[in-house]
Amino acid sequence: MRIPILKLHNYLLISIQTEIDDQTAIQFQEDLLDKIHKSGASGVVIDLTSVDIIDSFIAKVLGDVVSMSDLMGAKVVLTGIQPAVAMTLIDLGIHLQNVPTALDLEQGLLKLQQELGV
Amino acid sequence: MEPQSCVNIHKEWDIVGARQLGREMAKKLGFGTVDQARIATAVSELARNIYLYAEKGQICFEIIDNIEHRGLCMTAVDSGPGISDISQAMQDGYTTSGGLGAGLPGVKRLMDEFDINSEIGEGTRIKAIKWVR
Repeated sequence: MRIPILKLHNYLLISIQTEIDDQTAIQFQEDLLDKIHKSGASGVVIDLTSVDIIDSFIAKVLGDVVSMSDLMGAKVVLTGIQPAVAMTLIDLGIHLQNVPTALDLEQGLLKLQQELGV
Repeated sequence: MEPQSCVNIHKEWDIVGARQLGREMAKKLGFGTVDQARIATAVSELARNIYLYAEKGQICFEIIDNIEHRGLCMTAVDSGPGISDISQAMQDGYTTSGGLGAGLPGVKRLMDEFDINSEIGEGTRIKAIKWVR
């Protein structure tokens, strides 16, 4: 199973719609970095509106992919984290402190525009 | 709904199967969406521990429904290598697998009751309960 990555101008948009297993998460990490490399995208929004569980492994993969993209020169914003997911992550002790987030896709794109100064 | 259901954890995809069953049972018992997410996440952490450290094991869910209590009890059992230092494994940020080290202490915080027994060379048994409020 692969998570589709859409390109819009110099952004990449991802909406995670399926239950993520570990292998899908790792595959997504590779696919995204590869797509950033090939497309030269400067910003990425990963929308998590439909995700109803983020456990420690998926949180690690998401946090890592933000750092990895940052190393390559692309900014990533995570959007749409559900209230229940946010509460569970804090209970787990996962704060994702250096990860940029926004309420929804629209706010996420605005945040990217501000950060990238376009 | 059966009062008890078990999932075998043999392969990675079983982690997803276990948390789906956990969530489904939590939903039927009347837990709210936040507690459903807490339960599903706790199941995911326990299932991943089995898969990573013991390779094989089982997670069983049991509904507790009596005059005083209503809740979901989950028991994760494996016959893996066991945990040599439980107090260390219960510390935040401690990991031997390169993960976030949020697993066991996280599960304890997500659930209302948490009990762990582990014997070196015998395996590990973790029991955790969430009460319906």
